[in-house]
Amino acid sequence: MSEAVEETMLLTGNHAVAWAARLARPKVAPGYPITPQTPILEKLTEFAAEGAFDAEIITPESEHSVMAACIAASLAGVRVFTATASQGMLLMHELLHYAAGARAPIVMANVNRTVASPWAFWPDQTDSLAQRDTGWIQFYSESAQESLDTVIQAFRIAERVLVPVMVSHDAFYVSHALEPVRVPAQALVDAFLPPFDPPHRIDPENVESWGNVVSQEMFNRHRRDLGEAMARVPAVALEADREWNRLTGRGWGIVERYRCEDARTVIVTMGSMCGTARDAVDAMREAGQPVGLLKVRLYRPLPVEALRAALAGVPEVLVLDRNYSPGHGGVLHQELRAALYGMEGAPRIRGLLAGVGGVNVSPRRIAEYVRDAADIDAGADSVWMK
Amino acid sequence: MEKLDLVEEQMFCSGHAACPGCIEALSVRHVLAALGPDTVAVVPPSCMAIIAGPQPFSSLRIPVYQPTLEASAASASGLRRALDAQGKHDTQVVVFAGDGGTYDIGFQCLSSAAERNEDFIYVCLDNEGYMNTGAQKSSSTPRYARTGSTPAGKTTRKKNLTEIMAAHGVPYAATATAGYLPDLVRKVQKAKSLRGTRLLTLLIPCLDGWGLPDDGGLRAARFAVESGVFPLYEVSDGRRYTLNHATRVRPVSDYLGLQRRYRHLDAAQIEALQAEVDEGWERLLRRVAASEDELTAAC
Repeated sequence: MSEAVEETMLLTGNHAVAWAARLARPKVAPGYPITPQTPILEKLTEFAAEGAFDAEIITPESEHSVMAACIAASLAGVRVFTATASQGMLLMHELLHYAAGARAPIVMANVNRTVASPWAFWPDQTDSLAQRDTGWIQFYSESAQESLDTVIQAFRIAERVLVPVMVSHDAFYVSHALEPVRVPAQALVDAFLPPFDPPHRIDPENVESWGNVVSQEMFNRHRRDLGEAMARVPAVALEADREWNRLTGRGWGIVERYRCEDARTVIVTMGSMCGTARDAVDAMREAGQPVGLLKVRLYRPLPVEALRAALAGVPEVLVLDRNYSPGHGGVLHQELRAALYGMEGAPRIRGLLAGVGGVNVSPRRIAEYVRDAADIDAGADSVWMK
Repeated sequence: MEKLDLVEEQMFCSGHAACPGCIEALSVRHVLAALGPDTVAVVPPSCMAIIAGPQPFSSLRIPVYQPTLEASAASASGLRRALDAQGKHDTQVVVFAGDGGTYDIGFQCLSSAAERNEDFIYVCLDNEGYMNTGAQKSSSTPRYARTGSTPAGKTTRKKNLTEIMAAHGVPYAATATAGYLPDLVRKVQKAKSLRGTRLLTLLIPCLDGWGLPDDGGLRAARFAVESGVFPLYEVSDGRRYTLNHATRVRPVSDYLGLQRRYRHLDAAQIEALQAEVDEGWERLLRRVAASEDELTAAC
């Protein structure tokens, strides 16, 4: 990479997301403040005030109205970006379904934060995982750099399959931590993201409507179409990632196998926990223990084939869930069990509720989980960890 | 009897799904004719959504976006900004929402859009209840009116949407009804000539929900104005009030007597409603006088 095509800046994860949004050149960007998302909104309005971000910024009274404005703007045929967190994501819930149903390729960043009650502000992925059935594509990012790259890739993916995308990163660990981030040049992003030109739009010169009541058959067909679009996502996401890698030298995959060669135990997790697990794996490898990490970057659609291929021949899996579905357990644990069900030589899976509510999980703690795995129940239920 | 001389652009088609004699269909026909083809409509779940027709049919010759019930003004904002971003500044965005979708569940985002002075025309098709679900009360339902959810009559007053929106200082807020069609059309044209958030509250007598005969809608609309129950007025920039029909020629009881939803009222209740209307009328006259004084002082 030459200096001309990128610049290294010291950015928080949230400011990296704002840079990605700026480079993607959306035409409409509604937003509502919420901790710990607010720096994304503020940075974008700052860019706009400088004349560096040419989007219609809308500041309504709630996240619900933010998403309502996003959908209508997207259907009018322009690129749309927004960001939220926690309660804001939950308030949007009805409209997340609506957006996916309308096939509006909105890109939304989410900062994973605990869901009330009780009130708290800590990293926890329950907010976005609770949206898994809304029809949005979901990515989980580990670092500021990955968040920047993923938001830009998300526009390409969303607009190719006409399905909205959310890109989540963890509160504070990623959203507020500063790190050097390589910010690509505008020309590079322009080459990667062609102007948005959807096949249908709300336009008085070419009268089409959206949202009218449909018959049972039409609704059924519509859901099948959405399913077919979702099924294309892993390949489309890989293509976008390969092209991004060609242009920038950075690729992230839809899942990542880290030091999984001959691993006896593989840790499976998402988001900032991957960074912690990476350190733990390095330390354990150093001590001669055959342990690896499988990072799930694309969560919806769940890349079942990639997960099965990545875990083929692995005897032991530990899933670390920083989320909790009461009565169900760790969401990734339960989804991975379902994904691997019936697989020949499937690994033994243990689900660990680790870090729920933002409780700190250190690399040393993860190494202890691996060491003491034999004492952890490998049944259907996820297990609370201290 | 006079024949109305209205220039009409055919924007609303026959074959729509409104009830026979529906005043909403008649009202929307004339609103759309005045707005013309360079318009996009936002229609939340409501009678109007049914009238607009199921896929793949549409009774409107313009694009219709049907959002969720509570999100009309926010959706119109998104649509407006996306049109602006494409340079389509002259395209009108119009909302046709019911009173439930406006006074109740959609009010929060309407207030916010008005605060931002978003550039669209918001037409509230006010039939004073949730008529599309079989006539339940909304915050637009007047006191003592019987609905499916107030079988003994509603105990509280109707919310005053037009006043509340005028208090936001929007460029234009007005009441109108198909009972006074030239006045309605003039107000649509006036709204069209302005920019920013413009509100039209249209009284829509609902034949089924109010208990009126199939040909009784326009009579109820005229009696509402003539009794002062629904004064016709305009407010510019939240300050300048104009009363369009300055005399009251009927008692409120004439208006109530047309409708089955008021059939259970006793004399004291009728008197109380008359007093409520008198009080509202006096307040409106004071506002009109105050804005005339202000205008004189400015000159």
